[in-house]
Amino acid sequence: MNVGWMRVANIVKVGLQSIARNKMRSALTMLGIVIGVACVIAMVAVASGASRSIQAQIDALGTNFLMIFPGTTTSSGARMFSGSSNLSVEDAAAIRADCPSVAYVSATSRTSAQVVAGELNWATQIQGVDVDFTFIRSWNMSEGDFFTDSDVRGATKVAVLGRTVSDALFPAGDAVGSTIRIKNVPFRVVGVLEKKGGSTMGQDQDDAIVAPYTTVMKRLEGRSRVGMILAAASSPYRVDEAKSEIDLLLRQRHRIGPGQDADFMIRSQEEMASTAAASSKTLSVLLGSVAAISLLVGGIGIMNIMLVSVTERTREIGIRMAIGAKGRHVLAQFLLEAVVLSVVGGIVGIALGVGASELIARYAGWPVALGAGPIFMAFGFAALIGIFFGFYPARRAAALDPIDALRFE
Amino acid sequence: MAAIAGKGGPATALVELTDIVKVYTLGEVEVRALDGVSLTVGAGEFVAVMGPSGSGKSTLMNIVGCLDRPTSGRYVLDGIDASGLDKNERAEVRNAKIGFVFQNFNLLARTTAVENVELPLLYSDRLSTARERRERAMAMLARVGLEGREGHRPSQLSGGQQQRVAIARALVTDPAILLADEPTGNLDSRVSEEIMAILQELNAQGRTVIAITHERDIAQFAGREVTFRDGRIVADQPVTDRRIARRAGRKENAA
Repeated sequence: MNVGWMRVANIVKVGLQSIARNKMRSALTMLGIVIGVACVIAMVAVASGASRSIQAQIDALGTNFLMIFPGTTTSSGARMFSGSSNLSVEDAAAIRADCPSVAYVSATSRTSAQVVAGELNWATQIQGVDVDFTFIRSWNMSEGDFFTDSDVRGATKVAVLGRTVSDALFPAGDAVGSTIRIKNVPFRVVGVLEKKGGSTMGQDQDDAIVAPYTTVMKRLEGRSRVGMILAAASSPYRVDEAKSEIDLLLRQRHRIGPGQDADFMIRSQEEMASTAAASSKTLSVLLGSVAAISLLVGGIGIMNIMLVSVTERTREIGIRMAIGAKGRHVLAQFLLEAVVLSVVGGIVGIALGVGASELIARYAGWPVALGAGPIFMAFGFAALIGIFFGFYPARRAAALDPIDALRFE
Repeated sequence: MAAIAGKGGPATALVELTDIVKVYTLGEVEVRALDGVSLTVGAGEFVAVMGPSGSGKSTLMNIVGCLDRPTSGRYVLDGIDASGLDKNERAEVRNAKIGFVFQNFNLLARTTAVENVELPLLYSDRLSTARERRERAMAMLARVGLEGREGHRPSQLSGGQQQRVAIARALVTDPAILLADEPTGNLDSRVSEEIMAILQELNAQGRTVIAITHERDIAQFAGREVTFRDGRIVADQPVTDRRIARRAGRKENAA
């Protein structure tokens, strides 16, 4: 038994000697695996980072969160997007009044504009919302106050700034009480929202101005329909109830029979989460398969080099066989070389992949999530590739005839 | 310790070839490389195998060295019937019983002298620790006069020194026979004599040596001369005008 282990140790020694003797080639061979493994790790980190941040954002909406979108209309059997919204301010009011499971409702209207404050200007999004907005989004004020119900009723020209907008237009921090101009309409700044941070796919949530939806619709857009209605169920357990209450109510109001397609869509946070999960899974599979292909190419590189190496070292194989190496010694030597190359390449690749992920996180600002799973998987895959692609060249080496091998020039 | 023994001299036969035939098939042509060769080499002999190229001496060397199997006939090496061994068994026999010395040295490039000498031990289980192997390899290098050059690579050694490393490698497993195929074919006459001196010295210490050569003056260093022609032995006689090689001061400068 002891003797058997000794032989294994000798084979390991022989294999390592060969690698050390061809440092440059060994390094280049490893490079394929290094890049492959690094790619897998970085790609998976980016993909899972993206999906985790989307998930976190959707979670942050709150589990009671509901969105009512204007939807398709059916006219003479043809379904199409209605172009202009078919949700009204009255719909929002009706939901507030008649749906017992709904705690908060806000009609919304969005637009974007170049905003001017004194010498400075900033392009941003204007969100027209109702007073319930802060409760629905659980968003607190950092300075000043949110606008009031009477501001909404009177379509007052007041605005609440997101942190990014406040920093851009009022670097001195004197936003509250100042006047800004949105599409040439002067607005008085009454408050600044606290920093929300985190963004969905690079979108800064703090880069927004919030104003009463009435003001946005009348003074900025000249529209009478609302873009979307936000709502919150009174508890996470009543989301489904709230959803069916809203559905029933809006169908009644829009005169849509029970079997017909609705001209609106209600999406709960849960549904958005599962949609996002599905799309981020697609992203992961896509990035992962690109990376896996590069790992495969790395493996083919190993096989290529090992085949060249077997041919080039035919004489060495002949010498080894003449002095007593058996076929399996030669097989083990070449297989071990391939495995060592791919495993060392795998280790370097892991280091590089982790480093690349850190760099992506730091300089590109993308969220990345490194898990032990993909690292172990990439490593194990690299080792398997070494065995798989090393086997054929190794068998060719082992099958050589010592006389022919010694005669080989 | 039998020193130099003539034909039929020693009682113990180390190599016993009986009616060996080797046929190669090249396409549709059959080549009888060995055509019924019988030869016995006793322990402690120094045999030179002579003959022009194509005479079958290399084929004989391959069979005696267990690199190849005869088509028919019987080969007994040190009491083992080697004619029926499979690939792996022949590898074991080569490792344990035979020390090869080649015309072109056949050292591993980019590998130090001592690592080259250790190589056969890596495929054997007789010396199990790295330290034992290293000590044995160092001793063999010292025996061929290469003390102080253990860490040199083949590219840093002259031809004569490389061949001496090869001899040390052949000796490291303490084989029954030393099989030298044109050992001086790539060396000039002065260095050739030094190599032959080492072989003579080893033979004098009891090692059985079989050297294949086509040069008459190299064969003169042996004790017995077997001549091949067209796959048959045409002459087998003791060397009468034997030369004793001089080993010039045991030192040689790296070329």
